[in-house]
Amino acid sequence: MSKQQASLLVQGYEVVIGFETHAQLATQSKIFSRAPTAFGAEPNTQACAVDLALPGTLPVMNREAVACAIRFGLSVGSLVAEHSVFARKNYFYPDLPKGYQISQFEIPVVQGGEVSFFLGDEKKTVRLVRAHLEEDAGKSLHETFHGMSGIDLNRAGTPLLEIVTEPDIRSSAEAVAYAKELHKIVTWIGICDGNMQEGSFRCDANVSVRKPGQPLGTRREIKNLNSFKFMQQAIDYEVRWQIEQIEDGHAIQQATVLFDPDTGETRAMRTKEDAADYRYFPDPDLPPLVIARSWVDEVKAAMPELPRAMAERFVRDYALPEYDATTLTQSPAMAAYFETAAKASGQAKMASNWIMGEVSRRLNNEEKDIAQVPVSADTLAALLKRIADGTISNNAAKQVMDAVWVTADIVDENDTLSATAMVIQDVDAVIEAKGLRQMNDSGALEKIIDEVMAANAPMVEQFRAGKDKAFNALVGLVMKASKGKANPQQANDLLKQKLG
Amino acid sequence: MSRKQIHEMGVAELAVTIADKQTSSVEAVQALLARAKQHADLGAYLAFNEDLTLAQARAADARIAAGERGPLLGVPLAHKDIFVTQGFPTTAGSKMLEGYRSPFDATVVSRLAAAGAVTLGKLNCDEFAMGGSNENSAYGVARNPWDTGRVPGGSSGGSAVAVAARLAPAVTGTDTGGSIRQPASFCNVTGIKPTYGRCSRYGMVAFASSLDQAGPMARSAADCATLLSAMAGPDIDRDSTSLDHPAEDYSRLLGAPREGATAALPLKGLRIGLPREFFGEGCAPDVLAAVRAALAEYEKLGATLVDISLPRTQLSIPVYYIIAPAEASSNLSRFDGVKFGHRAAQYDDLIDMYKKSRSEGFGPEVQRRIMIGTYVLSHGYYDAYYLKAQQIRRLIAQDFQNAFAQCDLIAGPAAPTTAWKIGEKSDDPVANYLADIFTLPASLAGLPGMSVPAGFGDGHMPVGLQLIGNYFKEAELLQTADAFQRATDWHTRAPSGF
Repeated sequence: MSKQQASLLVQGYEVVIGFETHAQLATQSKIFSRAPTAFGAEPNTQACAVDLALPGTLPVMNREAVACAIRFGLSVGSLVAEHSVFARKNYFYPDLPKGYQISQFEIPVVQGGEVSFFLGDEKKTVRLVRAHLEEDAGKSLHETFHGMSGIDLNRAGTPLLEIVTEPDIRSSAEAVAYAKELHKIVTWIGICDGNMQEGSFRCDANVSVRKPGQPLGTRREIKNLNSFKFMQQAIDYEVRWQIEQIEDGHAIQQATVLFDPDTGETRAMRTKEDAADYRYFPDPDLPPLVIARSWVDEVKAAMPELPRAMAERFVRDYALPEYDATTLTQSPAMAAYFETAAKASGQAKMASNWIMGEVSRRLNNEEKDIAQVPVSADTLAALLKRIADGTISNNAAKQVMDAVWVTADIVDENDTLSATAMVIQDVDAVIEAKGLRQMNDSGALEKIIDEVMAANAPMVEQFRAGKDKAFNALVGLVMKASKGKANPQQANDLLKQKLG
Repeated sequence: MSRKQIHEMGVAELAVTIADKQTSSVEAVQALLARAKQHADLGAYLAFNEDLTLAQARAADARIAAGERGPLLGVPLAHKDIFVTQGFPTTAGSKMLEGYRSPFDATVVSRLAAAGAVTLGKLNCDEFAMGGSNENSAYGVARNPWDTGRVPGGSSGGSAVAVAARLAPAVTGTDTGGSIRQPASFCNVTGIKPTYGRCSRYGMVAFASSLDQAGPMARSAADCATLLSAMAGPDIDRDSTSLDHPAEDYSRLLGAPREGATAALPLKGLRIGLPREFFGEGCAPDVLAAVRAALAEYEKLGATLVDISLPRTQLSIPVYYIIAPAEASSNLSRFDGVKFGHRAAQYDDLIDMYKKSRSEGFGPEVQRRIMIGTYVLSHGYYDAYYLKAQQIRRLIAQDFQNAFAQCDLIAGPAAPTTAWKIGEKSDDPVANYLADIFTLPASLAGLPGMSVPAGFGDGHMPVGLQLIGNYFKEAELLQTADAFQRATDWHTRAPSGF
């Protein structure tokens, strides 16, 4: 066992986690009917005869949902099956209108593949078993019906892609990192809106523990983890609970559990004894799903560059550290913002620093997304250029940013040509208006230094007596006297020379 | 005026009579509705909506007045109660759907309506189309007009009775394992089950999805062709198993001799395969005698008879009675008392509601098949039953392809006996299942099959000759049956008193 693995053990146990994620596909209509998939509508207004399972209705595959599955398969290096089969999963529940769920069982549409991500600076890879298409059920509403339950079938028939991993995950932190990476992929390729509150991205974690080298332990499945924070808490609790049970001499029973965020605990919903026999069989209403190679090629041609590939390219082309590249490829909007600013300014690392620093900080303060950033990438680039050519200092640049952050709203984004011209003028205009231009004239600076030295003779004496601290104080005074316009390096050099 | 009465006319004759304004669609439906009510004791109809029927007839008359003509324009028809209809209740012969109203029409229903056909009402059938005698209907038996003490066959029993007793010139039926062909045989009616996927299943209350297929039942092959031309055609936006195969005029070959044949020998060159397995001891002698006599007639028309084998005929019974109940057990899960259909008045909790609602709503045969189907799909049994059955099903289909290398179409009895007495087999489900032996193979293979009146057996009960064609050979089947009907008059015989 490597040192790294050993360090992951919890009280001498290895944690083994596999994930099942239900990603709701961002299609206009349902997977087997033409009813809309809009969230939050009045109960039972988004369900048609097919969704209600009225006698005589039949499912018809939504091509767009298949295209989503193909996109996903291509993005994680899976085999997109030329031939896959829809099956019926039979069970009775009031919010399951047909008495069966149409899913894929023996032959799923997406087979194999893997998801890679960085945990700290270590690259991890989780293998995928499969991803299959299926329909969602409706919702049972147990409140406010005078002792009765209400059924809302708006969600019934909503397309889902269930993404199943091998049990490759070894810690709760790794689980969260995997889930975040998967979330990034499905939103990046536009197949899922990723809204976890609305249930568009729901994770189930199969958790077990074992002593290193032992066979897999009995797993318990934590259902419906709908936030990354709860995911980590739930898994940590579950791992501790399982270890305690085993240490106390109790065997783990296979079970499905729910996490209660209020208590921070997991509790069993059902055990294996009451597991249903779903009587899967191929759905005779749906012929096998046949995906022509040409369709896959068509989808492939329209695929955006994927985040991992893009991050690698950023490292290669812009000489960015891996950390920067990963951070900048959190979303297509962020990556595009960076790339535009980097290209326009020719200052990739500086652009990265500014976006991860100043820009992100301001966005966070305003609870805005990168897509809503008020300063265009071109404006940022103009600013970076002025830092690079020594016109302004980094500190002065922040003041410019303050000014354009507010006023950028009025830039006409449709008129790009004139907007670009205006942007550069804007930055320069702000520099001039605020008098932030750096003092690059050594004559003027020398004059200031002479004045400062004259006015602070005791400090000069102290420095000459060997107190190095006094030098920094003198630089500070020079900078202050120049109203921040002095080039700090130049001030340093000249001062040293004069004190010399 | 010695004009034929409305009820004596078939589809073609009635369409022309209405088009020529010798009568109106309104007059025709009034006469047939009155006649249907007069013969209510036959149990053919389950529902009428006279206002709607008359409104449809008036609309058809208006189209005719505007100069439109069509082979079904203004012609009254009736639908098996398996098809959902907006204007009539749809029960599928089950208490489970008592009073159920569909918000849409089945594709078959709307296509016939678009062709100008008028709906007289809904026809009795075995509950959820499960049965071969119409005794499994929750709304009472239907009686065979050739002997009202006998069953009309099933599950499209009410459909066969309506045509045989001249309560409608033609009707729709559905056939899962013989439900058009066997009652047609029992009632001296012509009926065709097309290739699986020809008619949309949208709006057919599902029994066994991979087998269910709609088809017409009428007094002649020619009338069947007219109805089928309107009923069939792709419906891929609503039924994924609908064949994306262009609509056809199934009447196109009628009356013309086969290619290379003559008017005197219109079936010259036609090789009719006779499966040995259909002519053995499993078939009643009176049925065999009538079938052989009919086949002799086909020879006179120029056809040659070829000995063939469908070696897995016997296996079609266990295979069918695994696959059909398996699919049914799942298809009928939606009837849970939650959204529509019967819900028990009193129950303790959710599970109790399911149990009581389904026990009260489903009849014994439906419950039996749900249990068989649930069993064969269960964990640990699936491979031994369902999977094995699917494998044999493919072999049965292959047997037909082997046979079609030697012949153009296949003929034999549609059923091993003529209609039995009401109650005679109702305590013996297996005896009922065995009676399906000659219709199941074509159903499992998805092939088109029809039953053509071929004469009479003991007690003057009708016998049907089954014709089975290769995929998409409906027009050829109808051409062959039509040639026979031009040379014989079995199909024109009406039961006495009707």
